Order: sequence, then C-alpha cells, then structure tokens
Amino acid sequence: MALDTSDVAKIAHLARLAISDGERDHFSTELSSILNLVEQMSAIDTTGVEPMAHPLHMAQRLRPDQVTETDNRDQFQQIAPQTEDGLYLVPKVIE
Amino acid sequence: MHDQSMSALGAALRARAISARELTEQYLKRIEQLNAKINAYITVTAEQALAAAERADQQLAAGTAGPLTGIPIAHKDIFCTNGVKTSCGSRMLDNFVAPYNATVVERLQAAGMPMLGKTNMDEFAMGSSNETSFFGPVHNPWDLERVPGGSSGGSAAAVAAGLCVAATGTDTGGSIRQPAAFCGVTGIKPTYGRCSRWGMIAFASSLDQAGVFARSAADAALVLQAMAGFDERDSTSAKEPVPDYAAQLEDSIAGLKIGLPKEYFGEGLDPGVAASIEAAIKEYEALGASVREISLPNAPLSVPVYYVVAPAECSSNLARFDGVRYGHRCEAPKDLEDLYKRSRAEGFGPEVKRRIMIGTYVLSAGYYDAYYLKAQQLRHLISDDFSHAFEQVDVIMGPTTPSTAFALGAKSNDPVAMYLNDIYTIATNLAGLPGLSIPVAPADGMPVGLQLIGDVFQEGRLLNIAHRLQQATDWHRMTPSLSAG
Repeated sequence: MALDTSDVAKIAHLARLAISDGERDHFSTELSSILNLVEQMSAIDTTGVEPMAHPLHMAQRLRPDQVTETDNRDQFQQIAPQTEDGLYLVPKVIE
Repeated sequence: MHDQSMSALGAALRARAISARELTEQYLKRIEQLNAKINAYITVTAEQALAAAERADQQLAAGTAGPLTGIPIAHKDIFCTNGVKTSCGSRMLDNFVAPYNATVVERLQAAGMPMLGKTNMDEFAMGSSNETSFFGPVHNPWDLERVPGGSSGGSAAAVAAGLCVAATGTDTGGSIRQPAAFCGVTGIKPTYGRCSRWGMIAFASSLDQAGVFARSAADAALVLQAMAGFDERDSTSAKEPVPDYAAQLEDSIAGLKIGLPKEYFGEGLDPGVAASIEAAIKEYEALGASVREISLPNAPLSVPVYYVVAPAECSSNLARFDGVRYGHRCEAPKDLEDLYKRSRAEGFGPEVKRRIMIGTYVLSAGYYDAYYLKAQQLRHLISDDFSHAFEQVDVIMGPTTPSTAFALGAKSNDPVAMYLNDIYTIATNLAGLPGLSIPVAPADGMPVGLQLIGDVFQEGRLLNIAHRLQQATDWHRMTPSLSAG
C-alpha cells in the first residue's frame, strides 16, 4: 500500500498535525514503507479468529458511580498555557 | 559503592556503616561527573533526593526501615512526579510539571527510595535507540559512540554506569528488555496489569507495562516487590496477589524445562550473540535444566501486528496533547484548528508524528477491518502460540536482540530497520506475558542479553531462574570502564 502526498495531507488533517509541502513527500515515502511492513499480515488467513481485545482476556472492571476526586482546578490550571477566571482560553470559536 | 548489590547497600545502611544521605551524595556526585558524557538524566532532583535521604536516615535510626529504605533510584521521565518536570522526552511536555505522582513513584517513595532524577528516553517511549528524545541521545556506557537502546535508554545507561542503584522503565514492545541487553543490566517487564499504569504517560494502553532495571535479578526482585500490585485507579490493573519474590529466588531449577523457539534463532541473528546465548543455555543445563526446541509459528508477524496496534492506540492517546490545558502551545494561533495543528506539529518530533499518522490511517473509515481488526486477530494467534508452548515448557529463552548495540545514527533514517530490532521482544507484549533480560557473555566487548519469557504472573519464577544463573556466573558483575571528564 503506497500513500501519496494527498493521502498524507488528509491523514495529517485528521490527526491535527500541520505539515509543510516538503514534509509531505518525506512522510509519504516513510509511511508507505511502514505500511509495506504491515502488509505481511495478509499472508495469514484469519477467517473465524476472534480478535483479541485484552491481553489477559479480562473483563473491564467497573466501579461504583461515586465522587472520588476533590476539586483541583487551581492547581491544574497553573500549568495551562492561558486561563481566565478558572476557564481555559482558546482563540474565538464562534463569531 | 556504585557496584554493590542492593542487599549489601541495605545491610551497610542498617548497620549505619554509611548514612542514606552519604550514599545519595555519592550518587549525585557521580552523576555530576559522568552525566555530561552519557546524557542519562533529563532532570536531576538533588534537593528532593537529599530530603528523602534524610527521612530515610530517621527511619534507619528508628529501626523502621525496610529493605529499600535509603537506596537511591531514578525514574524514567514517563512517570509523573509531583512538582518535578515530566517531559516524556518531548518538546510537547518540556514545560510540564506534573501535579501528582504516578502510583509506581508513590509506592517506591513510600518504600523509602530517594529519587535522584528523571531519566532520558525516546520521545513518548517511541523508539529503540533513545535517539528520538528531544533532549538528545543517551550514549551507551560501554561505548559512547553506540546507542543504549530504547525507549528506556536513560534508565538502562544510568544503572550500567552506576548513576543509580536501580531505575524504573516502561516496556511496550521491548523498551525495558532491549536497553537492558544493550547496556548489560538486568531488566524485567512484568505481566500486563501487574504494575499500575496510573500516572504513567500512555503510549499504547493494551501493551504498556512498568518494570525495573537493576544490577541483578535479586535487586530487581526487591524493587518489583514494592512496585507491583492492584491499584484501583488503573482500570486494567490486575487483582492478583503479589507473591514474595525474594523468598522464591533460591528455589531449585533442577528439572526446569526450557523451550528455545526456533523462530528466535534463525536468519538475522548475529553469530556472536548466538554463541553467547548458547553458552548461557549450557550453564542452565549444567544447573539441571533440560532444553527442547519449540515453535512460535506466528511470532515473525509480531512486528507488523505491533505497527498497527501500537500506532492505533498512540494516535488515540496522544490526541490529548492539544495545546489547551497543558504542554506546548504555538505562538499567536489564528483559530482553534491552527492552535491544535501548529502546537502538535511543533511539540512532536518526526517518529511520534509518523506513528500518529499510521495510527490515524489504520483507524480511518474503510481501513479498520483490513488493519486493526486483522492485527487483533493475529494477536490472538500469537498469544495462542505461547499458551501451547507453556503446555510443554516452564520458560522460554532466546536472545533479547538480534545484535549488540548499534552505532549512533546507524538506523535513525530508516524507521523499518529500527523497528526490526524489536523482533524478539514484541510478541511478549502482544501476549501480555512477563519477560526479563539478563546480561550473558559479551560479544566483541559489547553486552548481550538473554531473554526469559514466562507464563502470566510468573515474575517470581523468572527472577528465580535468572538469579540461579547469576549465582553460578559473573556476567552480571561486569561494569563499563568510565572516567570522569
């Protein structure tokens, strides 16, 4: 499976990564070589094989729906790039 | 002091032959002398280490000390440490000071181990050479022109160079065992779910597991004892009791059945490494073990399967780094999309971007069945191979890596060549099994690792089997010659 530069542009957009035109060429070569490696999977017929969802086949543990954490907002926002009145600031989304 | 065993250091501390403060000072001094050459530490936490050592001295004086009290440790920079920079080897988190401790850090702190600092690593644990770190590569203490392995390269190099007594690491596809092999130290990756992942920055959540680097299996057993066990804050933590690892160390291995997978001894294995592995297996036979060939027929597919599963999970886990709540934010974003895209493009290095994009692609509409579903089916077959093997043998052994440590820069421009370095370690993670690497006879002056793979929750047995070899041989006592400068 080979990816061209327009595939790379689409994937980068989905992954929210800004990439330059030069990087697109580079990534299309590298990602295609990784996908070539991955293609080896098709050598084995897996019809009817159950996909493995958990390495130890354990069920997801549930917990009671109770409050266990205290409010640490001020502490957590000390490491935020930009906050105001306890809110995280981002560029204006709605005009 | 830096080449002594943990039990010898513990005995010296309890006999008050040395204080915890003096021991910590000695290690800090060694770090000051040697870290510039090796680059094993991203952050050195001298002040906190000395304060913790003083608390340890109080416990030692009061007679309330445990086996680890006062023994200095280093933590891979993937573990959150309250009030201390936790970078994960990335520019994205260069400004991130964690607001809490990972469970593993918390438990080792409670055991009285002063933290010397945070060790270097491949960015977000993605790499096999430590060259993807934003903070520069780590240099192998045995040959400064070679890589230490990765992703936990800083931890392995720090233990090998005597810059800590033990260090934590994480292993998603070999990130403890491969650097342990390259640096000539003992490294154990426990069963998936054995150690808590809480506060350990996630890479691939169905594969990630915390473990230990130390100078011997006996030392690793003491640290793992304090780290392991159920944690309700990690939803995949195993509710299995933790046995007394130290008590099992001396168990006899007479009659032990060792399986050698033929797939791990074929084409691509360096002859020097093969000879060292064979010599170690002969030692086991002399200790009363029997050896038979086994087959893990689907193991050769573990690398392709891994490069679907791990990137898929990483693309999802790393979506949280968006420049909004913490971590790197770009200058003057023009809108929200620009904020996300440029913050992520500037914060992540090339290997992380490659894996995010591969993961995004294999999970995108129309490709899920061909890649992710197929990989999860193959993962089942790989896991079944191990189940069949453990019906015939007690432990699986083979080389940890196909070669000894390669030169810095040798594989950094070819992602696929780099990935193939983990060909013997990845299957263990896909199956969730415990694995351990111990140093055996060097090849051309460079360390070689013997890998031991056990059935689920058999960490105690693996440490026991490794310990018996280390009692009969001196390979684990070899240290690199390093001069300050």
